[in-house]
Amino acid sequence: MVSETPLLQLRGISKSYGSVQALSDVDFEIRDGEVMALVGDNGAGKTTLIKCIAGIHGYDQGEILFEGNPVSISGPKEAGRLGIEVVYQDLALCDNLDVVQNMYLGREERDWLWRLKEPPMEQHTAETLKSLAVTTIRSIRQPVASLSGGQRQSVAVAKAVQWNSKLVILDEPTAALGVAQTRQVLDLVKRLADQGLAVVLISHNLHDIFEVATRITVLRLGRDVGVYERATTTQQEVVHAITAGMPTKVAGIAETVPELAT
Amino acid sequence: MSSEADVAAPGIGLPPEQEAEVQAGVWRRALDNLRTGNLGILPIVLGLVLIVLFFTIKTPVFFTANNFNNIIIQMAGTCMLAFGVVFVLLLGEIDLSIGYLSGLGAVAVAEFQLPDSSHQYPGLVAIVLAVGLCAMLGGVQGTVVAKVGVPSFVVTLAGLLIFQGVILQVLEYYYFSHSAGWIIAGGVTALYAAMALAHVIGHRRAGVAIRDPYILLAKVVAVAVASFGTVGICNHANVPTGLPLAGVLVVIFLVGLTFLAKRTPFGRHVYAVGGNAEAARRAGINVARIRILVFVISGAMAGVGGIILAANVNSVDLNVGGGTLLLNAISAAVIGGVSLFGGRGEVRGAVIGSVVIATVANGLNTAGYKCHPPLRRHAGHRRAPPASALRALSR
Ligand SMILES: Nc1ncnc2c1ncn2[C@@H]1O[C@H](COP(=O)(O)OP(=O)(O)OP(=O)(O)O)[C@@H](O)[C@H]1O
Ligand SMILES: [Mg+2]
Repeated sequence: MVSETPLLQLRGISKSYGSVQALSDVDFEIRDGEVMALVGDNGAGKTTLIKCIAGIHGYDQGEILFEGNPVSISGPKEAGRLGIEVVYQDLALCDNLDVVQNMYLGREERDWLWRLKEPPMEQHTAETLKSLAVTTIRSIRQPVASLSGGQRQSVAVAKAVQWNSKLVILDEPTAALGVAQTRQVLDLVKRLADQGLAVVLISHNLHDIFEVATRITVLRLGRDVGVYERATTTQQEVVHAITAGMPTKVAGIAETVPELAT
Repeated sequence: MSSEADVAAPGIGLPPEQEAEVQAGVWRRALDNLRTGNLGILPIVLGLVLIVLFFTIKTPVFFTANNFNNIIIQMAGTCMLAFGVVFVLLLGEIDLSIGYLSGLGAVAVAEFQLPDSSHQYPGLVAIVLAVGLCAMLGGVQGTVVAKVGVPSFVVTLAGLLIFQGVILQVLEYYYFSHSAGWIIAGGVTALYAAMALAHVIGHRRAGVAIRDPYILLAKVVAVAVASFGTVGICNHANVPTGLPLAGVLVVIFLVGLTFLAKRTPFGRHVYAVGGNAEAARRAGINVARIRILVFVISGAMAGVGGIILAANVNSVDLNVGGGTLLLNAISAAVIGGVSLFGGRGEVRGAVIGSVVIATVANGLNTAGYKCHPPLRRHAGHRRAPPASALRALSR
């Protein structure tokens, strides 16, 4: 593989929720300008893995390297500072706040009097949504509770991509979207990668993944069972890995065994 | 980008040519709100009008300038507590300790200026110290809630039991002179108009359409009518004449806390934590810090309210802070439209709710029904000089 250091590298990550071992000894990496798909059955540990990256919860073992340096991502704020943005599967929006308020949550623009600067936030929100072809929201000042599922998802995506980040993680961003909006999100993913950002895309739709991804990491039962180059693999091979893949390394040994794909 | 993206984005962005449509939209939105049952404060204001009508018919002394002044004073203390309750409820928490905490605030004021002790501070300093003490106690409770994770119901119930056992104090009451009242009314109106103007200019400069320009104008007129009307009636009263300081304090806190809740990042984060604490956390908001600060506000407002109440009733019995005060304060916020489940409500709800409660209590009182003693004792109120501030009764 290319020798350039990955933007983000996870080594031997393990995480358990009480007695449930959600991740065991998982390796994962992504480079700048790359779309890395993360696939696996329900409960495979995809969301758990990206929550480790985003600092939502800690992990029991392993280490994370960002731009080659070991980092401890202690919380969402720290992840944001590193340039990591996440669209969560459960969206993480505040229903009682309106679209603009959600878009800027935790990063409100304020003036010297500690007052919120609403006009620029409103304008920027409108522009971001328009660029994502989100044209069905009647008012960006309506509470998110009054939006449809797909509209909420669009807002969540817009919220994550509006910042100048280095890594954007999308956990099933198109699951509730209509045809046009899914198209926009997929185009957006490609565009972000073209701009040199790293994008992690979680999806159950292999068709979409084979359209935009450069590489595909497969998780099965909390273990990584292979990384596939989009150009050299097939959907059948990935489906097989999702349903019956075997770990690429023996537990306890940190070195990666040559990948199944090649 | 693709041409699809340019196929009109209704409602988004509001370019200038859509301004006219926005103005028409005011009525459509009002109608929408009516239809969907999203009535805001309308029902409660209607209810208040009915209550006033009822007592006006029931007894001749109710609808008088004197009684108007009484109601302002009677609602002020409860309202201060309710202001704090609004923030706590917005978080989806509860604070049961405010009743006795307010009593503690009143006692502390007297304690800090006991004539024969080593620490005889001037009135205002004593008040600031007392409110600071209450804020700190609120902060301690908030810290236990936020950091240890004990439910606020339990923590503040414990607080309630600890703060119980309060002593009697007196704080005399202050009314503004007639001319001072008029100046205040003029100042309030001018300030509000200036703020509205700044709002318009700010939006124009940023190129964002002003929502509802007519409503903005109507609001300025309403504020003028309300402030001059209030001062007019208060000056017309004769038993104690003039605008009560307590009323002015309510307005000051109303404006300040509304600003805090609606215009600052802190306020926005309070709503966010109340709406979806997990989403707030993932957005990088320090949820524990917000929780603690809200309990600090609750404690401070309990202190302010307690001092006003002590002044109001002219004597505080062992029951102060107990009995109905806690319930009244929480009811005021809830009547004013603040949700018990967090994330929904406005600071002004505290004012509306306490006016309703004070009006009902006052009405029952003047109509001769039996009511709780503090409000009755208040009836013969005298004008008092401002500086004498506090006098300890027993200690
Ligand atoms: N908060 C939690 N507490 C306990 N167990 C959890 C928690 N979150 C996830 N799990 C468990 O961890 C495992 C991995 O869950 P995860 O959400 O990461 O799966 P996923 O790959 O994202 O699945 P899906 O495709 O359905 O979103 C599951 O067995 C799940 O039950
Ligand atoms: Mg998931």
